[in-house]
Amino acid sequence: MWKWLHPYAKPERAYELCNTLLPYLLWPSLILIAVGSCWGLLFAPSDYQQGDSFRIIYIHVPAAILSMSTYVAMAVAGLVGIVWQWRTAFMAMIAIAPVGAAMTFIALFTGAAWGKPMWGTWWIWDARLTSELILLFLYSGVLALYAAFDDKQQAGKASAVIALVGVINIPIIHYSVEWWNTLHQGATISKFDKPSIAPEMLWPLLVNLIGFALFIGAVSLHRLKNEMLRRELHRPWAMQQLLQENE
Amino acid sequence: MLNRLIGGVVKRELTLALRQKAEVLQPLIFIIMVVTLFPLGVSPSPELLTRIGPGVIWIAAILSILLSLERIFRDDFNDGSLEQLMLSDLPVAAVAVAKVFCHWLISIGPLLFLLPLLSLLLNLSASTTYVLAATLVLGTPVLSFLGAISVALTVGLRKSGLLLPLLLIPVFIPLLIFATSAIDSARSQLPYAPQLAIIGAMFLFTSAFAPSAIAYALKVSQH
Repeated sequence: MWKWLHPYAKPERAYELCNTLLPYLLWPSLILIAVGSCWGLLFAPSDYQQGDSFRIIYIHVPAAILSMSTYVAMAVAGLVGIVWQWRTAFMAMIAIAPVGAAMTFIALFTGAAWGKPMWGTWWIWDARLTSELILLFLYSGVLALYAAFDDKQQAGKASAVIALVGVINIPIIHYSVEWWNTLHQGATISKFDKPSIAPEMLWPLLVNLIGFALFIGAVSLHRLKNEMLRRELHRPWAMQQLLQENE
Repeated sequence: MLNRLIGGVVKRELTLALRQKAEVLQPLIFIIMVVTLFPLGVSPSPELLTRIGPGVIWIAAILSILLSLERIFRDDFNDGSLEQLMLSDLPVAAVAVAKVFCHWLISIGPLLFLLPLLSLLLNLSASTTYVLAATLVLGTPVLSFLGAISVALTVGLRKSGLLLPLLLIPVFIPLLIFATSAIDSARSQLPYAPQLAIIGAMFLFTSAFAPSAIAYALKVSQH
């Protein structure tokens, strides 16, 4: 049943797949982010309590949600690499990692900028903020371990183990709000049956959420392509690919 | 048969550790010194020390574990005996458990005896100290197991210096949170069993999964 998947373990097939998928992710993501951001920042009604400063939600929430899902995606790639011994999966893992770290940083930064006018402080040791910070640490651990090895094949395996260990943290991050109920407002859009956000505010947020997700996918694919070329530079297909693209 | 062989590994570990008394004693002295820094650096007022004391002891324990962790595999890796152990018939995971257990016994065991002294220094009441001891007994094996995974991964690297804390501190944070929250609850006369139960669950979970992760990591390093 999974047989169709196996050829993609080879870098040259995976490279072709990346090339096919990339335009379908990149352009929709740019359009969705442009639409969602303009809609949210210019046209959505302002909040009766938070005024216009709530609008940072359109950057903050997608980045925060996706920073965690990106970590899970990275760990899944690592698991696939360990279980089926796919080199390509390790490359995908390390292609995803810095993108997720960037998303985590964006979430922390926009959160701080939002916290200043709303809570009167840039930073507070609230559960959610702390777990987002820990998430950034986890990303940096994976990246640091990968950088420490000279043999990148070994590096991929080692970082995959650390990524999997870190995944234990993800449920704690997710449930931390209920466990240590503190300053951070509860999740707004996960309750789909009765969202605590007005629909005209919600729509641009969802548009941006999908846009960010596609964007992360596109950037990761692009990084994966580069990673495959860099690692397989001595192989004929990679040279051919480079020659073709330079023509 | 297997039990006897694993017993041999345990005996060897303990003998080796006891012959290097300095390496056993240094982490303990380190803990006392770290604890001494806090009254000097923060404030010597007894009320404040009571409040921050358990956290200070936990942080000191984490730091000293980070310093002593490398001992689990590094020497055996350098002189080749780790390779021999892995080539033998013994399951690597079982060897790993034996080594982690010995490390825990040698580096954390003495800490538990030191605990009354530390709690005197930090003005902790007896009941707080009991809960603190319970969190340490349940929680520190988790530190040892998770630490062993990272040591096994980095043992082949020449410049691993700060890498180990970088990898481990974020993974240790949830444990620290639950331990200090258990002690806080105990201090304000609230039930602290739930937090202890969560720490216990972490312990069971890591002891179930960490041995195979350590075995895999060692295989990656021996590559």
